[in-house]
Amino acid sequence: MATAPLLEKPVSPPVTAERERRAARLRRSVREHLTAYGFLCAAVVLFALFSWWPIIRNVLLSFQHVNFATGSTWAGTANFEKLFDDPLLATAWRNTALFTAYALVLGFFVPFLTAVLLNEFRHARAYFRVLVYLPVMLPPVVVALLWKWFYDPGPGLFNEVLRTLHLPASDWLDSSSTSLLSLVIVSTWANMGTATLIYLAALQTIPGELYEAAELDGANLWQRLRHVTIPQTRFVLLVLLLLQIVATMQVFTEPYVMTGGGPEDSTVTVMFLIYRYAFVYNDFGTASALSLLLLLVLAAFSALYLRVTRGAKED
Amino acid sequence: MAASARTLIRPAVLRTRKGKLVYWSVLAVALALFTAAFLVPLYWAATGAMKSSAELAQSPPTYVPAHWHPENYARAWREMDLTRYFLNTVLLAGGAWLIQLAVQVPAAYALSKLRPRFGNVVLGLMLVTLMMPATALLVPAYLTVVDVPLVNRNLINSPSAVWLPAAANAFNIYLLKNFFDRVPDELLDAARIDGAGPLGTMWRIVLPLSRPILAVVSILSVVAAWKDFLWPLLVLPDPAKQPLSVFLQRVAQDTPLNSLVAGLVMASLPLIALFLVFQRQIIAGLGAGCLKG
Repeated sequence: MATAPLLEKPVSPPVTAERERRAARLRRSVREHLTAYGFLCAAVVLFALFSWWPIIRNVLLSFQHVNFATGSTWAGTANFEKLFDDPLLATAWRNTALFTAYALVLGFFVPFLTAVLLNEFRHARAYFRVLVYLPVMLPPVVVALLWKWFYDPGPGLFNEVLRTLHLPASDWLDSSSTSLLSLVIVSTWANMGTATLIYLAALQTIPGELYEAAELDGANLWQRLRHVTIPQTRFVLLVLLLLQIVATMQVFTEPYVMTGGGPEDSTVTVMFLIYRYAFVYNDFGTASALSLLLLLVLAAFSALYLRVTRGAKED
Repeated sequence: MAASARTLIRPAVLRTRKGKLVYWSVLAVALALFTAAFLVPLYWAATGAMKSSAELAQSPPTYVPAHWHPENYARAWREMDLTRYFLNTVLLAGGAWLIQLAVQVPAAYALSKLRPRFGNVVLGLMLVTLMMPATALLVPAYLTVVDVPLVNRNLINSPSAVWLPAAANAFNIYLLKNFFDRVPDELLDAARIDGAGPLGTMWRIVLPLSRPILAVVSILSVVAAWKDFLWPLLVLPDPAKQPLSVFLQRVAQDTPLNSLVAGLVMASLPLIALFLVFQRQIIAGLGAGCLKG
């Protein structure tokens, strides 16, 4: 017992000092983490409320009968059964797939070819750039309402143009065989500026020596496009392709504003059907079940997109 | 500079007589086509609004108004009470912009420079939401706004129903974080030695250096809020509180066409003006948007 103070005395100062230093470091680290989370907390709360919880809740809701007054009850797979009994489900998926396919043919090739063409011009570049991007700035509702008027079979602009060119007039939105394509044309017009300018930026990074080398090897215009331009922009092409698929599969405003889903359900899209189930029929459970299916499809394309972009970063 | 770089066509070819002829004719055709495709619709709308109702309804239509009625714009503004809907839109877009900056800048700063434990997990969870598009999460997001969890508030018809979800934007946080990452840590250390706290460092060192990205994020958020339709349609059922996009769609059926078109033109003008002023930032934002994802 008597020796203990003797032993402790020489040892204790470094121990307490070390302990204090460790405590101080811990306090500082706790304080720094608290500060950091203070900066983060507003974002985390908003993400939790409006993104993370809705993702989980969407899964839960699709297995529930949602009722505001009496509270929700479990539904098992009833929502999905109801959904698969609805003949409109197949129609909506077919229309959405068709819309996406048309949108890719138009919205993918037109901007690329436009960008290739614009890249060759030495004049009026700024004018072309402003022009092609201008519609992107217009509110989609404005575009939809304007084009509804342009498509009008009577005094509409488009049939007048067709008449001037001595081409047969079209029913545009009024016939189930042309309505979906008419919507794709609007949507391409409104959105192609983004893709065009991104392609244009990518084309400008291609080293001119590649074209010179190809030309020395005797490559003609088409072969230079095929073997230099396209491989050099392949990554951007693929990324935009996937982004466009994800974006066009969510199409809603154009059919809602321009056709209301008609004629003969030819423009009922998946998002349109989700909207109808939820906000017309007040069947939030079935709407969520359909949302879940759409989310799964979109997530598959997004995952593909992530793999592509990550692969490019590692290259 | 970029204009003189070698592209598909050999520069020497363009200097020959035939090359010049082909170049100028292709350019002329492209100019005509592009103007027709992208400017004529806007011309058609801007002048259509100035036609009388009778002239607007006639078939075939007139390419130039036979009688000009520029006063249609003033009348449409008055009759449709557009002052209110412009103010509503400005309130929604302006509030969304302020809240986004107030939430996203500190979050991105924390993730980039303060690097708390699990910061990467939080960032990862935010980025995952980019795979789940907000439109497809319409139903649960709507139910959240009807009854906000924990605080049990109903935000329907309140502008915060538009502002708050807009702030949960992973893409903007990612853009900001990437930019902050390039601000050298030595600058921040120097500020800390001078006695600046994290807030002071962010405010006085990082933000002034980040003006370009703040401009991009600001423009993106204002444009997105101005263009939005489906979400305000759902969460602002009170007609007096709706933005232009929802209002114009709601009254489209019952408004004389020339007034409606005048309203459509006026609703687009602020964004067109914004674009003409901030072209460079907007186009820069677009490149950042897709390629560095």
